[in-house]
Amino acid sequence: MKPFAALLDRLVLTPSRNGKIRLIVDYCRETPDPDRGYAIAAITGDLAISSVKPAMIRALVAERMDEVLFGWSYDYVGDLAETVALVWEGRGSADYEADDLGSLGSSDVPPPLTPPLKVEGDTSVDRLRHPSTAGVLDRIEALATPLPLEGRGRGWGYIAAEPESRLVVQKTGAERTTAPPLRLSTVVETLARASRSDGPRLVEDWLDRLDADGRYALLKLITGGLRIGVSARLAKQALAEFGGKDVTGIEELWHGLSPPYTELFAWLEGRAEKPAMAAAAPFRPVMLANPVADGDLEKLDPADYAAEWKWDGIRVQAVAERGVRRLYSRSGDDISAAFPDVITAMEFDGAIDGELLVGAPGSQGIEVASFSDLQQRLNRKTVSAKLAAQYPAFVRAYDLLHHGGSDLRPLPFAARRERLTEFVSRLPDDRFDLSPLVPFASWKEIARLRDAPPGPLIEGLMLKRLDSVYVPGRPKGAWFKWKRDPHVIDAVLMYAQRGHGKRSSFYSDYTFGVWTGSDDALRLTPVGKAYFGFTDEELKRIDKFVRDNTVERFGPVRSVRAEPGHGLVLEVAFEGLARSTRHKSGVAMRFPRIARLRWDKRPHEADRLETLEKMLAFKL
Amino acid sequence: MDIPESAAARRSARHLPERPRVFKLRFPTLFSGLGLGVCSTYVRPMRAAELLHVDDRGLYCPPGDFHIDPMRQVPRALVTHGHSDHARPGHGAVMATRETLDIMGLRYGPGFAAATQVATPSETVAVNGVSVTFLPAGHVLGSAQIAVEKDGMRIVVSGDYKRRADPTCAPFAPMACDVFITEATFGLPVFRHPPDGEEIGKLLASVARFPERTHLVGAYALGKAQRVIALLRQVGYDRPIFIHGALEKLCGYYAAQGVELGPLLPATVEAGGKGAFSGEIVVGPPSAFADRWARRFADPVSCFASGWMRVRQRAKQRGVELPLILSDHADWDELTATIAEIAPGEVWITHGREEALQRWCELAGIPARPLHLAGFEDEAE
Repeated sequence: MKPFAALLDRLVLTPSRNGKIRLIVDYCRETPDPDRGYAIAAITGDLAISSVKPAMIRALVAERMDEVLFGWSYDYVGDLAETVALVWEGRGSADYEADDLGSLGSSDVPPPLTPPLKVEGDTSVDRLRHPSTAGVLDRIEALATPLPLEGRGRGWGYIAAEPESRLVVQKTGAERTTAPPLRLSTVVETLARASRSDGPRLVEDWLDRLDADGRYALLKLITGGLRIGVSARLAKQALAEFGGKDVTGIEELWHGLSPPYTELFAWLEGRAEKPAMAAAAPFRPVMLANPVADGDLEKLDPADYAAEWKWDGIRVQAVAERGVRRLYSRSGDDISAAFPDVITAMEFDGAIDGELLVGAPGSQGIEVASFSDLQQRLNRKTVSAKLAAQYPAFVRAYDLLHHGGSDLRPLPFAARRERLTEFVSRLPDDRFDLSPLVPFASWKEIARLRDAPPGPLIEGLMLKRLDSVYVPGRPKGAWFKWKRDPHVIDAVLMYAQRGHGKRSSFYSDYTFGVWTGSDDALRLTPVGKAYFGFTDEELKRIDKFVRDNTVERFGPVRSVRAEPGHGLVLEVAFEGLARSTRHKSGVAMRFPRIARLRWDKRPHEADRLETLEKMLAFKL
Repeated sequence: MDIPESAAARRSARHLPERPRVFKLRFPTLFSGLGLGVCSTYVRPMRAAELLHVDDRGLYCPPGDFHIDPMRQVPRALVTHGHSDHARPGHGAVMATRETLDIMGLRYGPGFAAATQVATPSETVAVNGVSVTFLPAGHVLGSAQIAVEKDGMRIVVSGDYKRRADPTCAPFAPMACDVFITEATFGLPVFRHPPDGEEIGKLLASVARFPERTHLVGAYALGKAQRVIALLRQVGYDRPIFIHGALEKLCGYYAAQGVELGPLLPATVEAGGKGAFSGEIVVGPPSAFADRWARRFADPVSCFASGWMRVRQRAKQRGVELPLILSDHADWDELTATIAEIAPGEVWITHGREEALQRWCELAGIPARPLHLAGFEDEAE
């Protein structure tokens, strides 16, 4: 467990993507099968351990520890796994006892104590030598002042007394060091075989054997949901780097493999052939578009391209083959469980690439609901029947990748589109519809259309070459995304927070606000937070402004001067706006970023909250 | 575990020396006139609160007329150690260990007090009839506990302390007492500092893994910084260690006192270009990392040596990439073990999480109460 624990520890605190990848790659190099495979499965969320539940962990602690002390500890730490890992009175890591406290355990002689006070002036007392009079080495030796075993680590907050035999085990260091270290694979495989009644006892025994970091890793592993800031996609990226392969190859294989992925590692290490794609309804790595840059289109013939709206939902792949139905996110995560309504309707044999949206029945088929409605369905593991009925999900189809056992990806877009049109026409129209093409004759015409989309939840346009085959990644010239211009407002910088990693010496996360109240009593209401969109040079200038205009400090956050006559105006760009009950202002921005620094503007020239409220009314 | 009934029983169970017997006259003598006036010469044992109590400037000893670690200027101050929340400038007279006086001189200049007196550890002196003894506290160089005793009542003010080995200072010396005043900075069972060797090992492993990056170790200027450096030297790290200017004086002082810090170089840009610090360890005060100073290092790994780093969320909030759980304060186990070992009649608890340690004392059958002293920093390390 130690290498896995160390990996989790570093991943939690490493902000940079490349740093995380490097940690995972190194771990895979240094760790044998099957441990590394289980570790990857834990990160990607493909490891399910059902014999232990969080409530059981709490019960285990309650057997050993004063509940009041545990309660305060939990309040302070805020995470059950971490609290238990820290308060657990284990036999601890062998290292801990041996390096630091070995002398305690083995000491049968009571520790020497300072002699009691003598009458003043009595010089016969054998005094402690003062540090400055002793050499460093002497001092280090003197550090061995032992503590009594009973006191150390057996805090009386722990009500249950340990059986004497266990204490004896603790005292004999030899026994601890001969016991083999607990392996991640042992934990996973033992728990997989264990019954619900055996699970807690096993965990209890392991908790006793591990140190705090090991306990944390164990508890995170078995209670599910590591939440360590590493996505499944990133883990696969790391595997690709580890094996020098393309990530799409791994994504493609992924759902046919199961932990501990020994055949995958054999391939990545060049010891075996690529594993055969075994799974029915696999994920097929998605094709992506390049943004339209200045001058791109002039060189291209509009007749070579088809245009369609770029819908602002989530890109999915709906695959039904050989009786298996799955809904994948664009990074290959299986999100079927959260969308049973879509899964039920997948009465076909094929693979659709499309956009998942939330709809409401309208006069002409489905009408698209807002992004905040869609958010009700996102990031959930499961969904209640009520919620599914209230926010029904549907797929707006872009492409057909597979049909009736044949792979359509080598066909040109135009041919696939024809098959798709026919395919979708036979599907239930409350769950599937076709993303319409937008006819156009010239780039000028399509540019006009881009600025006036026919509804909300359109991010812009997609331009697809009619002869483009479907390949993973972003091939040049095949597909373009042409987003509509973002909305912008002028806001005033209110708070700045220190960044992370490379930016830890900069105030780089900005909370900005707009004005409310009458002209003689203007107040700022925060409306959003942004931490990118500016250059390094601009960052330095804002940082200086923050430091020179700090009003108050709250840990890593500073409030800055923001008055009608003095402050910094930020031009903020954003993609959309939604009503929010969680924000004081009542609005929440999508994807806000700093578009420009308006050193030229005075804060009172910034926008008012009413401006945003008007935008809401227009349903961006 | 058995909890012995009384402090005395606990003391004898651990072979702790009995505290010295001062003859207390617990009964009225007969020299007070025949049958009249019961006790004109009655000397009752001093109550703890009469020997030490909190006033508006800190912990005050009325019979001795002095304060211990006062937060405001006083005529006479006894100072446990040199951290600025304990050792403030501007007192009339200051009594402290030679190292603490030296450190105060380095920080505040030679005129930091009108008069100073060196306290020799373990030597008892009388201050206005109160016996005062300084004892090593194991916190930082020169740190001391202060025992005050009068009329059979002994109170030990521990100041800040720890119990584990520290190559930069003398170890904590436990002393039996009636009242033990303990800090509780890490007074929650979640705070259990791992062995120092493990933490230093983590740092060196990271340096090996990221040889192109600079490891910036945040460590408080007095004590922690020198301890980190000394621990690195202990395990044989012999490359020069770069230090922030704020550490120079104190590192120089520690080295002059015989603490092995090895070669130290200033972390100035003149020492080389950005690449000059690749693969090196730089030690500086934590505040400097939020400062423009930190920008001279290419792609630094931000490390922070502190007991607070035990809790991941705290490390994350501070933007720390490599937390090093190294503390100069006793962790939960050390706090509870120390109280159990000393077995005082009563425990008073200062700055930190008083309520949890008080609860523990209650469960252990030791009377305890919080001592509300303002002015000590929660974050002090």
